[in-house]
Amino acid sequence: MPLIETHALTKAYGWQPVLKKLDLSIERGEFVALLGPNGSGKSTLLRLIAGLSKPTAGTIRVGGWELPREAAAVRAQIGLVSHKPLLYDNLTAYENLLFFCRLYALDDHNGRIKRGLERVGLTKRSADLVRTYSRGMLQRLSIARALLHEPDVLLMDEPYTGLDVDAATTLDGLMREAHADGHTILMTTHELERAATLASRAVILSRGVISYDAAMTADIAACYVKVTEAASAK
Amino acid sequence: MKNASFLSVVVAIVRKDFQAELRSRELLGSMGLFALLSILIFSFALELDRIARTEAISGVLWVTVVFASIIGLNRSMALERDNGNLDALLIAPIQRTAIYVGKLVGNFLFTLAIGLLLLPIMTVLYNVSLFNLWLIAILVMGTLGFTTLGTLLAAMTMQVRAREALLPIVMMPVVLPLLLSGVRASTGILNAAPQDDWLQWTSIVAVLDVIYLVMCFLLFEYVVEE
Repeated sequence: MPLIETHALTKAYGWQPVLKKLDLSIERGEFVALLGPNGSGKSTLLRLIAGLSKPTAGTIRVGGWELPREAAAVRAQIGLVSHKPLLYDNLTAYENLLFFCRLYALDDHNGRIKRGLERVGLTKRSADLVRTYSRGMLQRLSIARALLHEPDVLLMDEPYTGLDVDAATTLDGLMREAHADGHTILMTTHELERAATLASRAVILSRGVISYDAAMTADIAACYVKVTEAASAK
Repeated sequence: MKNASFLSVVVAIVRKDFQAELRSRELLGSMGLFALLSILIFSFALELDRIARTEAISGVLWVTVVFASIIGLNRSMALERDNGNLDALLIAPIQRTAIYVGKLVGNFLFTLAIGLLLLPIMTVLYNVSLFNLWLIAILVMGTLGFTTLGTLLAAMTMQVRAREALLPIVMMPVVLPLLLSGVRASTGILNAAPQDDWLQWTSIVAVLDVIYLVMCFLLFEYVVEE
């Protein structure tokens, strides 16, 4: 059974359809890069799978649980990393992670936080306020937060936005580790070359429909141009 | 994985808001400064007319507390909006109404602190003792009412571009019955009117509190849905 499955998933804002009868299934352990031009519905799809938005029609199942009926069970299996850090500026890294430990009713707070900070290389800065962090450090801490409850699924919405080369390379490493640890990753990005080196599968969304869905290839950039141009011409 | 209890989520959110506020003092600082300036301006404006000043004191107190609370509500929700934190709360496997109650408790305590802080300052400035248990009780009830409503409305307007201006515009008409009842009850108490005269206004404040609490508790989940 696929870990994530959407069937005839439709989302519209008013009369404007954003996703049109989308069928997508993602197996456990896959690393899927969700590509597409701005406005193609990538972030909307991620928000729907995260349970942050309700579909207009169609179904979404995550780990066998159906949204929105079993939203709490689905949310427990999902970690979200966005281009926004989803962290509190006036708390330290430790306090931020402790707050999320409490929200998720996790045991062994100290152990989990320690391991999380070690994983992203922020142990020495754990007592510093998050507002003193660089963009790259924020994104690393954001990953520690998202993995705190060991979710099956890691949703990443444009995680490379605003990162410099070093920070982006560090993030690459963290994502590879998370994938190697068995997390299923669904990532939206505009960085095609980066996606080609990380993901095992590429899905290209164009105008709310899947225009391409296949194993990741090195020439994904050429593929992307061809697919999006064909979709625009329709 | 077990889910966090309603109460533990509420406590976690309140604790987090207090920790953040202790560091930044943004919320209490801006609310306190506004409240102080407001009562000073009213005090100077009414200085020449001692009778008018005594008559207006409860109105000044309530209007100052309500507008200070609006500043606080906007700041409190900014904390959840700025880094996309509301998404982090909404994606957690918790009851969404617990998020509302957590934010409400924080907003209520911050606003109440400002309201209570005003009492000694206004006692000195206006030369009328505001240390009356009934007055404090009505202040507590009134603060609960408009922070209940304000927390919901601030959650509604937080994604709108002109949210700082929109919140008072949306909030004032709805909070008006509570404000009027609070002012009438406080005026009655301060003027040593017979208890029957102001007790009915106190009852209205209590009834409005219950209505706002039930209504906002039920509506919050729909407000943050999309």
